[in-house]
Amino acid sequence: MEDLKSFLKSKVLLHESDTLHPDVEKELQLVRREKISSPVINISSGTSSIIAGSQKTYKALLSYIDDHDPDTLAVNTGCYGPAGYEPMICIQLPGKNRLFFRNITEEKIEPLLNGVFHNDIPDEDLVGQSGSKGFGLWPGIPFIEEHPWFAGQKRTVLGNCGCYDPESIEEYIARGGYRAYVKTIRNYTFEEVCDIVDRSGLRGRSGGGYPTGLKWKHALNTASNTRYLICNARESDPGAFTDRTILEGDPHKLVEGIAIASYAIGASNAFVFMRRGSDHAGARLQKAIDQARDYGLLGHNIFSGGFNLDITIRKEPGAFVCGEETALIASLEGRRGMPQTKPPYPTSYGLFGKPTVINNVETLMNVPLIMQNGPEWFRSTGTETSPGTKIFALAGKGRMSGVVEVEMGTSLKTIVEDIADGIRDGREFKAVQLGGASGYFIKEQDLDIPVDFDAMKEKGIGMGAGGFVIIDESTCMVDLVRYYMEFIRNESCGKCIPCREGTGRMLEILDNVIRKPVSEDAGTTLERFKGVMQLETIASVMKDTSLCGLGQTAPNPFLSALTHFREEFEEHIFERVCRANVCRGLRTFIIDVDKCTGCTACAAKCPVNAIYGTRLQPFFIVEEKCIGCGICFDVCKFSAIMIK
Amino acid sequence: METEKILEKFRPARREDLIRILQHIQESEGYLSEDAIVQTGRYLGLSTTKIFGLATFYDEFRFFPAGKIHIRICNGTSCYLNGSSGIISKIREITGIEPGQTTRDGLLSYELVSCMGGCSNGPLITVNGEYMTHIRQEQLPDLVSRLKYLTGND
Repeated sequence: MEDLKSFLKSKVLLHESDTLHPDVEKELQLVRREKISSPVINISSGTSSIIAGSQKTYKALLSYIDDHDPDTLAVNTGCYGPAGYEPMICIQLPGKNRLFFRNITEEKIEPLLNGVFHNDIPDEDLVGQSGSKGFGLWPGIPFIEEHPWFAGQKRTVLGNCGCYDPESIEEYIARGGYRAYVKTIRNYTFEEVCDIVDRSGLRGRSGGGYPTGLKWKHALNTASNTRYLICNARESDPGAFTDRTILEGDPHKLVEGIAIASYAIGASNAFVFMRRGSDHAGARLQKAIDQARDYGLLGHNIFSGGFNLDITIRKEPGAFVCGEETALIASLEGRRGMPQTKPPYPTSYGLFGKPTVINNVETLMNVPLIMQNGPEWFRSTGTETSPGTKIFALAGKGRMSGVVEVEMGTSLKTIVEDIADGIRDGREFKAVQLGGASGYFIKEQDLDIPVDFDAMKEKGIGMGAGGFVIIDESTCMVDLVRYYMEFIRNESCGKCIPCREGTGRMLEILDNVIRKPVSEDAGTTLERFKGVMQLETIASVMKDTSLCGLGQTAPNPFLSALTHFREEFEEHIFERVCRANVCRGLRTFIIDVDKCTGCTACAAKCPVNAIYGTRLQPFFIVEEKCIGCGICFDVCKFSAIMIK
Repeated sequence: METEKILEKFRPARREDLIRILQHIQESEGYLSEDAIVQTGRYLGLSTTKIFGLATFYDEFRFFPAGKIHIRICNGTSCYLNGSSGIISKIREITGIEPGQTTRDGLLSYELVSCMGGCSNGPLITVNGEYMTHIRQEQLPDLVSRLKYLTGND
């Protein structure tokens, strides 16, 4: 191990030119496990795989190896992305292409490996094969790159995710890792690094799209003896899990990105602000930091260049608003996470009053690639004003879900139809929701919009940090808007009035819209209508006068739902019906006389005794008493209860 | 006392370590006891109300021990679309407590978390850290009584 360490340090990291000696390259192939003499099996072990049961599969795999083939090596890797395919495993036999299989639960391990080791590939769970030239082809098996999930993607930032053991720095270095960092601190000044990133056109991936290089320059040009870098891995939107997948799949690249960014602004302390509950990702990142320190890549006087750097992980104590820059800083300083007015911006007056740069995980992941390949390379992908790629977390009702990386300029339609493979269960597509609780709905007609900061801004929508929820016809927009509003209401910090009171009021009014009317007399109806008329005004006041981004963007889901799905709101308000049958308060249940056998199951379970009848005769529901809970609908074995 | 040992680690006493101190206390004891908060206040020279004010601001901190069975329910968008709200109301109905509270017998507690990352397997809950996928409302009464049985308190 020590030999390998000194070899990697002297022959790879500290090697002057970009091309390595062929002998060294050969050695690295072994570390990368490209040349193998016995089978290697990669099993994905990110959170989404663990949820799907990959740890049990791993145990079954180890016991199979013990019993049958002790030379085989089992490796835990990050996730490839398709969450519905977990646990995914990849089998590599000596001299052959890698084979990918999906949904390998523990009981499938034995038949699968028995088959593969005896050249009998089971088709059922096969995803495809992948490899480079010089490896033996598996005849008749499609390439994984042609699979619709991968074909529409351009995986550069996620390039390593799933391919290597994230807990091994040796493998990362053998894959070209940390060379950009060493090259940077040996060859460039602070200003030059900022300049290269500025020229590359990299824009912050957290949603706003502020040019990263410019931000760094601001911090660098503010006179101070101390500067800080904060990596925001908070990722708090309900429905976003891109940062965590990155941290679990390729933590070393993030460490490298943080290190280069810290160097560029002359910071000797960097913090990673982690989300509560992602312990697995935190543990992997901590291991990566420790390994980097062991290799002398972090610490005091790195590679005798006079640059010091220490990276500390901080676990956030649970507040959505801490995703906002100034609130994040307040939280790191040990105070309540409440936002401050800007300016001064953190780049001039940030953590402990010092210039501070806050970048999100995805932005920093791009930095090593830019330093390695140059700004022109980065500009060659994506669009003119938004170069590079963007990572989304696909969730919701698509056939496929998981983490994807697409080139900027790809249309949303491609993502929905090709990558996510349309809507599952044969339902109709309704909308895409971008950017989580403060994001926007996009209708089918607008799906041609490319993923591009400026093109989206023109249409009045924001890209968000990576949440991409596909919504089908079984979802009620009013109910979904209410859900987001409730989330924001709970997370509003309470500092400024428009947000604190506005979110509460809006939630109240939306609650009124979907609640079952106690009585349809003038009072309640009038109140409902008055509220609805005020909704838009409240929304615009909140947008204009809230202190921070949380309040300013809180009405977004409502406003965009109202623009695109006005008829659904009107149906709820005037006709009191919910077309998706989601809003409980508006459902009316009736019993089909022909189907009802009079078994009394529903009457026994009804919490308000609204169901009457005689045994073995058809029952009926008293509409005035019914609260629309739907228990009768669930318990009926004869589908005699219908929703009107 | 455990709290003293933890405070010992944060020397010199600095205001900015407050959140980390509280996190450490909660990690070792499971919750923030009144004693621990008073002690922390004395150590940092802060009034107890200030510390309460900070701790109640954040979701992480709890002031009562969690139940022997702690359930976390994913309330992310994807789980919501797949019906997590029904799961939440069902658990509320079975336990009779609100998220973040613990039943009087100290047996059960639950909390809501935003997106655990198992979006294709929702609705998702964890019971004492163990993931359970595709949860349906009808399963819950049986599940809870089985858990109670397993912890030796039927």
